[in-house]
Amino acid sequence: MPQVAHPAFLVLGAYATYLLAGYGVDPVLAGLLLTPVFFVFGLGVYQFYYSTFEGRGSDQGLRGIAFFFGVAFIVQVGLILAFGVDQRLVDASYIGTSVEIGEMRIPKRMLVAFGVALALTGSLALYLSRTFTGRAIKAVAQDEGALRLMGANPVRIKRWAFGIATATCALAGALLIIIGPVDPNLDRLYIGRTFCVVVLAGLGSMSGTLVAGLILGIAESIVLTSAGTAWAPAVAFGILLVVLGVRPAGLFGR
Amino acid sequence: MNLILEIRNLSKQFGGFAALSGVSIGVARGERFGLIGPNGSGKTTLINCVSGVLANDSGSIRFDGREISKLPAYQRTRRGIARSFQIPRPFASMSVLENLLVPLEYVSNGKIEEAHDILRQIGLADKAATQSNQLSQVELRKLELARAMAARPQLLISDEAMAGLSGNEVSEVLEILFKLNAAGITIIMIEHIMQAVMKFSQRIVCLDAGRIICEGTPDSIVQDPGVQRAYLGA
Amino acid sequence: MKRFLLGSSGVLALAASMPLVFQNEYFFFAGYVVLQLIVLATAWNILGGYAGYVNFGSGAFFAVGAYTAVALYKAFALPLGLQILAGAAAAGLLGFGVGMLTLRLRGIFFSIATIAVAIVLETVVLNWHYVGGAKGLPTLRPTETPFFASHTVYLFFVMAVIAVIAVGAARYVETSWIGRGLRAIRDNEGAAECSGVPTLKLKLGAATLSGALMGAAGAPYAQYLSFIEPTSAFSLNHAVNALAMPIIGGMGHWIGPVIGAVLLGTVQQVVTVTISSEINVLVVGVLLVVFVVAAPEGILGLFRRFFPRKK
Repeated sequence: MPQVAHPAFLVLGAYATYLLAGYGVDPVLAGLLLTPVFFVFGLGVYQFYYSTFEGRGSDQGLRGIAFFFGVAFIVQVGLILAFGVDQRLVDASYIGTSVEIGEMRIPKRMLVAFGVALALTGSLALYLSRTFTGRAIKAVAQDEGALRLMGANPVRIKRWAFGIATATCALAGALLIIIGPVDPNLDRLYIGRTFCVVVLAGLGSMSGTLVAGLILGIAESIVLTSAGTAWAPAVAFGILLVVLGVRPAGLFGR
Repeated sequence: MNLILEIRNLSKQFGGFAALSGVSIGVARGERFGLIGPNGSGKTTLINCVSGVLANDSGSIRFDGREISKLPAYQRTRRGIARSFQIPRPFASMSVLENLLVPLEYVSNGKIEEAHDILRQIGLADKAATQSNQLSQVELRKLELARAMAARPQLLISDEAMAGLSGNEVSEVLEILFKLNAAGITIIMIEHIMQAVMKFSQRIVCLDAGRIICEGTPDSIVQDPGVQRAYLGA
Repeated sequence: MKRFLLGSSGVLALAASMPLVFQNEYFFFAGYVVLQLIVLATAWNILGGYAGYVNFGSGAFFAVGAYTAVALYKAFALPLGLQILAGAAAAGLLGFGVGMLTLRLRGIFFSIATIAVAIVLETVVLNWHYVGGAKGLPTLRPTETPFFASHTVYLFFVMAVIAVIAVGAARYVETSWIGRGLRAIRDNEGAAECSGVPTLKLKLGAATLSGALMGAAGAPYAQYLSFIEPTSAFSLNHAVNALAMPIIGGMGHWIGPVIGAVLLGTVQQVVTVTISSEINVLVVGVLLVVFVVAAPEGILGLFRRFFPRKK
């Protein structure tokens, strides 16, 4: 599915967290609270996409891409109109303080984000490998026909997967605004990061995703310190281009 | 024997999986040649290598006496190898007639009358103006063959052109293929419908797990214990 | 063909006579933008509409044209005509590179790769101090423009020429043997190749032509604004416009992108003046989604539905 609006949903999640945090809700809690809302939103978006493109089976490639691109664009511009282009921050007890371990000072917000992200990835991986629906989600990417024979409805499975992916955006968006300020134009950067990690890992590989995320993170910080912040945006996209050009199946793909 | 297609020692790997290992086949000019084998035995991989959709890892493919295994697919089509696809791949935004104009323009420089002729031969004449995504299954199979014909091939590879068709429709397609062969076109038929392939072919090769397990006339193939094992898994 | 030549010389004559009708400089300022959009939309459609490869990175081609022109002007004070040729050549080269990507990438992966190309190039230009880096570079307009009332009018006319060339090129591609091959690629690349279509050559050709035309559209940009900076040259708006206008106008026919660009370009100019430029960007996004969902064949498709051609 040509889901390019995902990063836009991520930034949307960050702004939703920002709104809730305005009422004094802890950002992580806000992210959790938003998860079901985003889940339903995701179900709705997929249902709409399905009934207009996939279901009709009409040239879904080009128009499907244009559709999600348009949605991403609307979200971005909508956020600009609603919040302006300024950066937004949230506040919580663990933001702005840090833990000292020997010589190292680690900001608490990073620890919180790291912990939550790890828990989220872990539970997603468990979900995908242990439950029937989870396995079906993995299967639907490979062979819809076989899944149908097993008695599962591929459309329902995809809708469910889309819902979960969107729900994840809520929590991930909350983390995003915990680790740093957020502005509406951020989604373009995250298109690069998201696809870079996914492509590097090879589609559908959960453990590969973790490693790829690490690689990208390290590469970005190396460039950041050696060449300066001005070059940072190009890192994810540069890696992406190289990987796509050389090894489209991903580093960990078959 | 005058060979139109000569495959020697052809191998193809996907990752660690050997889809074809050391396959050698010769097809004579004007022959009706059958290719059978259980699912995953390498039939489609083999013809993908011949038509140029895939590049083979090693071995040689000679067509009309010349090595073609390094040529891109479109040049092989221009030399005279045309194929139909197992799952029909019409140019969905075009009419049936326009589908035929693509190979006519790019391969044979033929006139539009030729496309009409082919459609008449194949029994799609009344659908010429229909957009190709409106066709029924059997019509799509016929379109695949018609489009291949428009490239004026010397060798036509028919990849499961009859799968999923009713008995009547199968004999209809068979009849078309017989007619094309009578007009001098060599035909390689890949088929799961045993009755059809047995009736059609003069010679049959059976693949299993990327190797040729047996080769011969339809009668001798049916008797072969290796073929029976491959199909029945006994 | 005769009718088209006649029509395009008519359009050019009309463009040249505009200064007799309109005294207001703003008309040409806005008209230039609409013409530029026609070129971008038409160029995008050659690769996107005909061959089915969705380019999200139109901004990069536009900016490469613009920056090539600026750099050459700064270094050798090349005249505008040569700047445009050089800009087109550089962007065409980039198009060739993007065409090579189509070797392996299809669908969404190709589209993402074009965004990647755009961002990597933008970052390079941001760090390229010769042309001003992130701060941008003011560019001087020539003080005299013979035969034309003002420099803006002159640029308006230049862009009109580029637009006519672009539409002519697109029309040629569409109606010749190339067009059918590209459509075959869009419908099914594997089947196209097996029907004798040299898919790689055609894709490379389409991507190069598309890129070159976008570069030509970008080349006069710095002169038009008297200033250039990366954020606006690489702006996502170029990409969205280039993609939205053919889809809204109709991708199947060369006139589709022109209709889309004229209509949307005019609406945008009006909205920008009367409301705000953010709203205008939003309008494009919303219209894009509405059309993709409700009228997948664009305005042309709607037109055909309500006025079916008699046979």
